[in-house]
Amino acid sequence: MTVAAITVPTVTHALSQDENLVEKVSVRNLDFFYGDHRALKSISVPLYHGKVTAFIGPSGCGKSTLLRVLNRMYDLYPNQRATGYVTLDNADILSPSQDLNLLRAKVGMVFQKPTPFPMTIFENIAFGIRLYEKMSKSELEDRVRHALERAALWDEVKDKLGANGLSLSGGQQQRLCIARTVAVRPDVILFDEPCSALDPISTAKIEELIDDLKDDYTIAIVTHNMQQAARVSDFTAFMYLGELVEFGETTRIFTTPNDRRTQDYITGRFG
Amino acid sequence: MTPPPGSAGGLLNPIVGSLVMTVIAVLIGTPLGILAGTYMAEYGRFDKLTTVVRFINDILLSAPSIVIGLFVYEVMVAQMGHFSGWAGAVSLAVIVVPVVVRTTEDMLVLVPDSLREAAASIGLPRSLMIQRVAYRAARAGMITGVLLAVARISGETAPLLFTALNNQFWSLNLNAPVSSLPVVIFQFALSPYKDWQSLAWTGALIITFAVLALSIVARILAAQRKTS
Repeated sequence: MTVAAITVPTVTHALSQDENLVEKVSVRNLDFFYGDHRALKSISVPLYHGKVTAFIGPSGCGKSTLLRVLNRMYDLYPNQRATGYVTLDNADILSPSQDLNLLRAKVGMVFQKPTPFPMTIFENIAFGIRLYEKMSKSELEDRVRHALERAALWDEVKDKLGANGLSLSGGQQQRLCIARTVAVRPDVILFDEPCSALDPISTAKIEELIDDLKDDYTIAIVTHNMQQAARVSDFTAFMYLGELVEFGETTRIFTTPNDRRTQDYITGRFG
Repeated sequence: MTPPPGSAGGLLNPIVGSLVMTVIAVLIGTPLGILAGTYMAEYGRFDKLTTVVRFINDILLSAPSIVIGLFVYEVMVAQMGHFSGWAGAVSLAVIVVPVVVRTTEDMLVLVPDSLREAAASIGLPRSLMIQRVAYRAARAGMITGVLLAVARISGETAPLLFTALNNQFWSLNLNAPVSSLPVVIFQFALSPYKDWQSLAWTGALIITFAVLALSIVARILAAQRKTS
């Protein structure tokens, strides 16, 4: 299905001028409703290719909701709707004619809790690949291996690809989920608090991985952990009560925030 | 073969009759039940229709089986003009359906939404998500449901009395009356003949063991689901 490209006015942010930033995903005036409750209020934010954008803010501020709009995950549930514009490569993804499965293959997601499918490690990865591409067995094995290497999991599982994905540890399961997401070759990867169920060592591995992946993808990460946001992201968006309070380069947001609320949040005065 | 009073014989024809009708009932009832349960859990979870169907299904689940026998008598036996094995199998299927609907729906609802979202997040269409992910996660529970339905119908007498009736001869013709263990037990236990009564006891023992075995298998499967 083709989606008519719509032109979105480019908003210039006060960013370092020396970089050539490609706006992969643009959110413009996005409102989101759970029934009658307005959970997001006129959000406008860009996601740049090759960069990690972190969304921080107290619980219930709408950061996960925003993430779930970007791959239209909310469409699985009734009484949830979004209005406004969200474009991926200048095509409106909120359009009713958008093929959701194609969109979700392009915009992958890693969840808070690791969710391996109830099948073998190999199948967990191969499953998504086979969905969109026909290939020989050896090609498929290469792709699975590549995805597992990309997720820094290959060395740990190469001798037990036939084991159930659920038999891995929590951190390994999460990396399996990342490998599964990477395997279908998305353009954008959304991380929804990917480390909140993991121990510090696994967390460090995932963060390293995100840093590793960012050159090839557009990455958005929702996190409760401000140190994590500061460590992994290039841009940070602070959200509060459904509004986007401030967006900018991570170093600036964490050193000289413009908004009082941002400052209060990152200095731990509330939240 | 079931013998005339006073002569030698056994229970082969009712055993085979019961097996055949049970298998057909499961073949008819399971797909219907799984499809309906799948609709209720996956597609129409938030629909009014689902609430209504679930309520009716619960009524059907506890409907007296003699009512089901009479219902099938009216719609099949009376229309065809004779008792038949098909009518017996259909009345057993009517008992299977609500059991399978219930367990399928319950087991699919237990599959966490996070798994559905994960499947959707790699671009899996809903139909494939159900077949490859949800069914796989709920498989043990769904099989348990089918086994429990088999255990339930293998001892049912009332629905067969008005539909399959009984047949004292060897017959695999499903367009004719077919013998079944519960009905033979009923008939022989009420008879004045000593050898018929002891055959009835034997039949009761066979059914009891068969149901016990099924329940054990169901238990084992359910336990496997918990550990996996």
